[in-house]
Amino acid sequence: MQREPLVLESAAGPHTIINSKEVVNFASANYLGFIGHEQLLNSCTSALEKYGVGSCGPRGFYGTIDVHLDCEARIAKFLGTPDSILYSYGLSTMFSAIPCFSKKGDIIVVDEGVHWGIQNGLYLSRSTVVYFKHNDMESLQNTLEKITSENKRIKKVRRYIVAEAVYQNSGQIAPLDEIIKLKEKYRFRVLLDESNSFGVLGSSGRGLTEYCGVPVEKVDLITASMGHALATEGGFCTGSARFIDHQRLSSSGYVFSASLPPYLASAAITAIDVLEKNPDLISKLKENIAKLWTGLSDIQGLSIASTPESPIVYLRLETSTGSVKDDLKLLEDIADHALKEDSVFVVVSKRSTLDKCRLPIGIRLFVSAAHSESDLLKACESLKRAAKIVLVNHI
Amino acid sequence: MITIPYLTALTTYFSYGLLFAFGQFRDFFRKIFDWWGTTNLQGYAPISLDFEDFYTRRLYLRIQDCFGRPISSAPDAWFDVVERYSNDNNKTLKRTEKRIKCLNLGSYNYLGFAAADEYCTPRAIDSLRRFSASTCSPRVDGGTTTVHTELEECVAKFVGKPAAIVTGMGYVTNSSILPVLIGKAWLIISDSLNHNSIVNGARGSGATIRVFQHNTPSHLEKVLREQIAEGQPRTHRPWKKIIVVVEGIYSMEGEICKLPEIVAVCKKYKAYIYLDEAHSIGAVGKTGRGVCELLGVDTADVDIMMGTFTKSFGSCGGYIAGSKELIQYLKYTCPAHLYATSISPPAAEQIISAIKVILGEDGTSRGAQKLARIRQNSNFFRSELQRMGFEVLGDNDSPVMPIMLYNPAKIPAFSRECLKQNVAIVTVAFPATPLLLARARICISASHSREDLIKALEVISQVGDLVGIKYFPAEPKKQQQEKGTIKLE
Repeated sequence: MQREPLVLESAAGPHTIINSKEVVNFASANYLGFIGHEQLLNSCTSALEKYGVGSCGPRGFYGTIDVHLDCEARIAKFLGTPDSILYSYGLSTMFSAIPCFSKKGDIIVVDEGVHWGIQNGLYLSRSTVVYFKHNDMESLQNTLEKITSENKRIKKVRRYIVAEAVYQNSGQIAPLDEIIKLKEKYRFRVLLDESNSFGVLGSSGRGLTEYCGVPVEKVDLITASMGHALATEGGFCTGSARFIDHQRLSSSGYVFSASLPPYLASAAITAIDVLEKNPDLISKLKENIAKLWTGLSDIQGLSIASTPESPIVYLRLETSTGSVKDDLKLLEDIADHALKEDSVFVVVSKRSTLDKCRLPIGIRLFVSAAHSESDLLKACESLKRAAKIVLVNHI
Repeated sequence: MITIPYLTALTTYFSYGLLFAFGQFRDFFRKIFDWWGTTNLQGYAPISLDFEDFYTRRLYLRIQDCFGRPISSAPDAWFDVVERYSNDNNKTLKRTEKRIKCLNLGSYNYLGFAAADEYCTPRAIDSLRRFSASTCSPRVDGGTTTVHTELEECVAKFVGKPAAIVTGMGYVTNSSILPVLIGKAWLIISDSLNHNSIVNGARGSGATIRVFQHNTPSHLEKVLREQIAEGQPRTHRPWKKIIVVVEGIYSMEGEICKLPEIVAVCKKYKAYIYLDEAHSIGAVGKTGRGVCELLGVDTADVDIMMGTFTKSFGSCGGYIAGSKELIQYLKYTCPAHLYATSISPPAAEQIISAIKVILGEDGTSRGAQKLARIRQNSNFFRSELQRMGFEVLGDNDSPVMPIMLYNPAKIPAFSRECLKQNVAIVTVAFPATPLLLARARICISASHSREDLIKALEVISQVGDLVGIKYFPAEPKKQQQEKGTIKLE
C-alpha cells in the first residue's frame, strides 16, 4: 500500500542525486537556497570544532550555551520583538507553547486546516476548541460572535485565535489584517505560526506582519520552525517578555528536553545575517513563484489551490475520485512519472492516522530562490505531460 | 524508598510555610498597589491566574541564579560557566564577560563524547559538507538520506532488535509514538515516577492510565490482576491490549529498573513492555547495550525499546526499536516521521561514529576503556559519598547519583557554595521532584579523571558540612586502619 521514501545521496539543495541520477528537487522547503551555502557551512564547522555536536543537558541544567542566548537575541532583533525563546525541535514548538497558556476551560478558535503539531497542542491543553472554515474570515467572525454572546463569564476566560501564516495543508496565506481587526473587536489573543512565511513574505523577509502591514506588537505570539527558510533545525517563539518568560518554566518541550545542538543555533544566526545583507534573495524567490504559477495554471485535471504569493504551490485534483486512497494513488502515479521520465522530484502530501484535517490532499512543490528558470520550466512541462498520461481515463 | 528523618521533615515544612506566608504577604501589598494604579489589560483576560504563578514569582525567582547557568565552552569534564549579575533582586539576570572554569558534574556526558572527539568530529564535519546542516524536509518526503538509513541499521544492530526508527528529538519520540501505537480501548500501566514525555504521550493517546508503585513488581502484579478482572471502565469488557511502561534508569532517583521481575510478571499476564532507556543506553552493561545486557534480559522479551542519543552519544535525537512489522507501521503513521524535519545529518553521523567507537569498530579500544572507566568512576564516587555520611540514592553501576537536601534554603546554599569553589552542581526542586524531597543530582562521566573526582569529593564534603546535609553518620576512619593490618598479615 505505501511506498518506500526515496533515499537522497547528496545535500537536499535545488539539485540532488537519487539512485545515482541528478534530479531537480522540489521537495525540500529550502526557500532561500541556504542548503550548501558556504558561510553557513563555515560557521557550523567552527561551532562543531568548539562545542562538539550535542549540548548534553536541558536548558535549566548547564545546557544553555552562549550561542543559544545570542540566537534568541538575534531573532528578537530581526523581528523587532522584545524577546524570543528557542526550542530544539520545530514540531514541538507549537504543541509545547499552547498548553502553557491555555488550560481546561479556556477557549481556542482555530482554523480547520492547521497542521498536526497545532492539533496536538490543542488536545494536550484540554481547552474548548472551536474550528472555523479554512481561511474564511466570515466564518471566523460568526464563530467569535457566537462565542462572545453565548458565554456570560467570557471576560474571565482566556481566549485565543490560532492560525498559520502559510498553511502547510493547502498553501493559502491567512489575511492577518482582518484577523487583527476581529481580534481587537472581540478581545481575543492571536497565536500565529510563521514556519513557512518567515524569511519569505514581506520586502525584507520579516514574515506575514510585514507583508500585511500590521505592527508586530499586535500579534501576541509568533512561533516558527527553523527547518524551512533558515535551513537548520529547531524552532522559536517570539513575543512580549511576559509571554516568553512564562514559557521558560512551564513549557514541557523546553524544560524537560535537551537544548538545541549549538552548531544549529550558530547556523541560524548566520542565516539571518546573510538574509539581512541580501534582500534580493526574497525578490528572486518571488519571481520564481510567479513563473511557476503561470506555468502550472493550465494543467488539465489539476488546479492550484494555494495563494499566488505563497512559496508552497499546492496542486489538487480538479475532480476527486471519491476516496482518499484512490486520490493518493493517482497523485503518486503523477509524481512517479515526473521523476522517472523527466527527473523532477515532487511529493504528495501525506496524512497520519492521527491527523484530523479534512482538506483534500495534493502535490506540493516547494519553490526555492536557488531554482533556475530552466528548472521551473522543466517542472511545468513534466507535470503537464504526467497529468495528461495518468489522468486520461479519469477526466 | 526515601525515608526522611522526622526533624528534617518538620523543618522543611516550616521553611516552606514561612516562604508561603511571606509570598502571600507581598502579594497582598502588590494587589493594593495595583488597585490604585491602572491596569493595561483593556478587557483581555490575564495570562496566568494568581495562584498558578505564585510558585514562580515568590519562590523560584529568589533562587533563579542557581538554574539555567549559561556556559561558553563544550560541556566536557571542565567547562567555562558565564558569570551573571542582577540589578533587580534576581528578577532578570545579565551576562558578564567573566568566565569561571568549573568541574562539570551536571551535564549528561556519560561516555565523554560531549566535546570534539578525535574520531567522531572529523566525520561529522565531512557529513556536514556533504549533506549540509539540515534536509528541510520530513523523512517521508525528501528528508531520507543515506546517512539516515545507515543510522537506523546501526542502531537496530547495536540494541539487538530487528529494526529501528529514528526521530530528531527524544521528547517527541515518546509523545508522538505512544498516541500512534495505543488506542482508546488499551490500558497503560506506568511507573509512578516516569518522565514527563511518557506522561504526555500517554495522555495524548486517549487510553486509560493506571500507575503502579515505583519499581515494585509485586504492586505491578496486583494492579494487573485488578485491571484484568475489572475490564474497561463502565462497560467491563476485556481490554484490547495492556502495555507496561518503565524506564531503564530513573533520572531523578538513579535507580535501575527491576527488569527481570517485571518481564516475568508481564509474560505471566500477557502484557506488552515498553522500555525507555534514555539514560541507560550506552552507559551501563558490559558493552554499553543498556539495562537488558546489565541484568541479563533477552531483548526479544522486551517488545518496544526506546532511547535517546543526547546522553551517552553526545548528539541529539531518539529512537524506537522493535519488530520489523512494528517499525514499518510506525514509518507511515508516526507524526514525527511525516511532518517534522528529519534529524540533522552531522548529528546522525556523530551517533554512527560514537556507536563504532563503543563497539571497537574504529580499531582502538577506546570504547571499552570508556565503559570500564564510567563504571569505576560511578562506584568509587558513590561509595565515597556514602562513607562521608551523605544520603545518596540509586543503585550500584548507575552513573546518576542524587544527594538529598530536603530543606528549600539548602538548595541555593549548596549550589552557590559549590560554584564559589569551582564545582558546578545541578540542584532540583519542585515541580520536578515532590515538594519535600529536593536534591542535588550528580552525573558522572567517563572523561572525569580520578583527580577530578577526588577534588569534587573534597569540595562536596566541605560544603556539605557547611550547609548541614550529612544526614547519616559518617563511617569512622578506624576501619581503614584495620584493613591495613589485615593486609600486612
